[in-house]
Amino acid sequence: MSQYTPHTQTETRDMLAALGLASADELFADVPQSVRLPKEALTHAGLTQMETLQAIESLAAQNKQYTLTLRGAGCYDHFIPPIVPQLANKKEFLSAYTPYQAELSQGILQSIFEYQTLICELTGMDVSNAGVYDFATAAAESAVMCRDRKRTVALVSATAHPDALAVMQTYGFGTGTEVRVVPCKNGHTDLDALQTMLTDDAASLYIQQPNYFGMLEDVPALFGAAKAAGVKCILGANPMTLALLPDGKTLGADIVCGDMQPFGLPMAFGGPHAGFMTCTQALMRRLPGRIVGQTADAQGRRAFVLTLQAREQHIRREKAASNICTNHAHSTLTASIYLTYMGLRGITAVAESCVSKAHYFADALCKTDGVSLRYRGEFFHEFVTDLPDPAAVEAALDTQGILSGLPVEGGMLWCVTEKASKAQLDSAVKLVGEVCAHV
Amino acid sequence: METKSGLFYAKSHEWVQFLDDTTALVGISDHAQHELGDLVFVNLPEAGDVLTAGEMFADVESVKAVSDVYAPVSGTVAEINETLLDEPETINQSAYDAWFVKVENITERGELMDEDEYIAYCETL
Repeated sequence: MSQYTPHTQTETRDMLAALGLASADELFADVPQSVRLPKEALTHAGLTQMETLQAIESLAAQNKQYTLTLRGAGCYDHFIPPIVPQLANKKEFLSAYTPYQAELSQGILQSIFEYQTLICELTGMDVSNAGVYDFATAAAESAVMCRDRKRTVALVSATAHPDALAVMQTYGFGTGTEVRVVPCKNGHTDLDALQTMLTDDAASLYIQQPNYFGMLEDVPALFGAAKAAGVKCILGANPMTLALLPDGKTLGADIVCGDMQPFGLPMAFGGPHAGFMTCTQALMRRLPGRIVGQTADAQGRRAFVLTLQAREQHIRREKAASNICTNHAHSTLTASIYLTYMGLRGITAVAESCVSKAHYFADALCKTDGVSLRYRGEFFHEFVTDLPDPAAVEAALDTQGILSGLPVEGGMLWCVTEKASKAQLDSAVKLVGEVCAHV
Repeated sequence: METKSGLFYAKSHEWVQFLDDTTALVGISDHAQHELGDLVFVNLPEAGDVLTAGEMFADVESVKAVSDVYAPVSGTVAEINETLLDEPETINQSAYDAWFVKVENITERGELMDEDEYIAYCETL
């Protein structure tokens, strides 16, 4: 393959001459040998295009491809209509880097504006930023938004995704925000325990809906208690579920955040995702990252600008509430294309299919001896079952090209999406039954 | 630049109008609003907050910058001017009417100038 040549031999010679050096070795004389790349690595003859492709294909062939994925836990296997990558991979989108001269890049600003509009319609909130990295970053940034001089504690339910909790704790370390975990009771946030934790220094309450175990939380009761104590309410939502469940505005959320991955983004070893953050107008100036606004140019034409810039670190400097300044713009764009193609009717159909198939699978699984739902209550498309020998179940399904639920202590966290067929689910149930019969 | 007699001024361009020995209104000077440009947002403390002379207690946002506002006296916030939250432009229009907070139980005054001293100070800037 052709070599990437940052500068020609003549340029290299001229630069060395200007420095009064005879060779590049002299230039790097102060760099210890132990940290240098071996010479052979630099003089590798390289591969032809054909050899490169073959090498990469043989690596790709080592990936395990599952015909059915019954695992979610923060990353979901939804169908991606081919039009989504087809449009998202247009070279104008793939080559567009972050717009430093933002207003010159009207195209990317418009794509962000369209995304903000879509996610605000879905969450029912007033304002959205351009997105952040993933649900965990979004949760942590949301908790920081709510912190003020008097209220410095972020309350997080133990039913939230462990990654969200971990990133919140990392952010908390830096901003002096103490993270307190509200205990879990029977797979749900413990409302009675929460009541005792709503102290004068509590700034925010983060509730994930559906929660990590797939269960639907009693959000109105939890948020009602928090609001009465002057604590801001953060809803961590799987956006696909918002097609069926009440939106953030209806629930009285101050912030709704989460992950766009279910919208047209592949599971791909867990990334890249795209986090979303939306809030009420009252909190707009606390929202981190970029916000694109719509305006008119000097000739009255529709135009887009970065707005509310004074919040951001390049202007507000050390007093900025956040130092986040980038996002997963291409993932966000992909999610926007998915949403635009599917429409509310499309994602409602996906959500209904997920709920229906997950409940069918749960019912069928629980007819097996030794398998039962761990928690009572409503769930969306994930649920935990108690199960003998989760490792054996995982291994048995794996041999048949099925990725099992996530093994948890004494059980499994299952997820069923619209991609599973009845026949596939029936065969998975049969396999689980066979394993359980032998335990 | 407009100033107003009877008010006291801090080097950081806040004004203080003493209503009695321990109560005062606090705002930012006409010079300050002029330097900041069109204000779009004001972040005020809450009633009951304790102010310490010389420490920031509020911030103002113009189109291009955010600036801290420092307490010219130590005391307790009795009241905030909620009008400013919806109409920050009133600070640009009439800086000496647009008080930020009413402070009570004043225990300490920072280094303050009278009108003539403040005019002389601004001329040195």
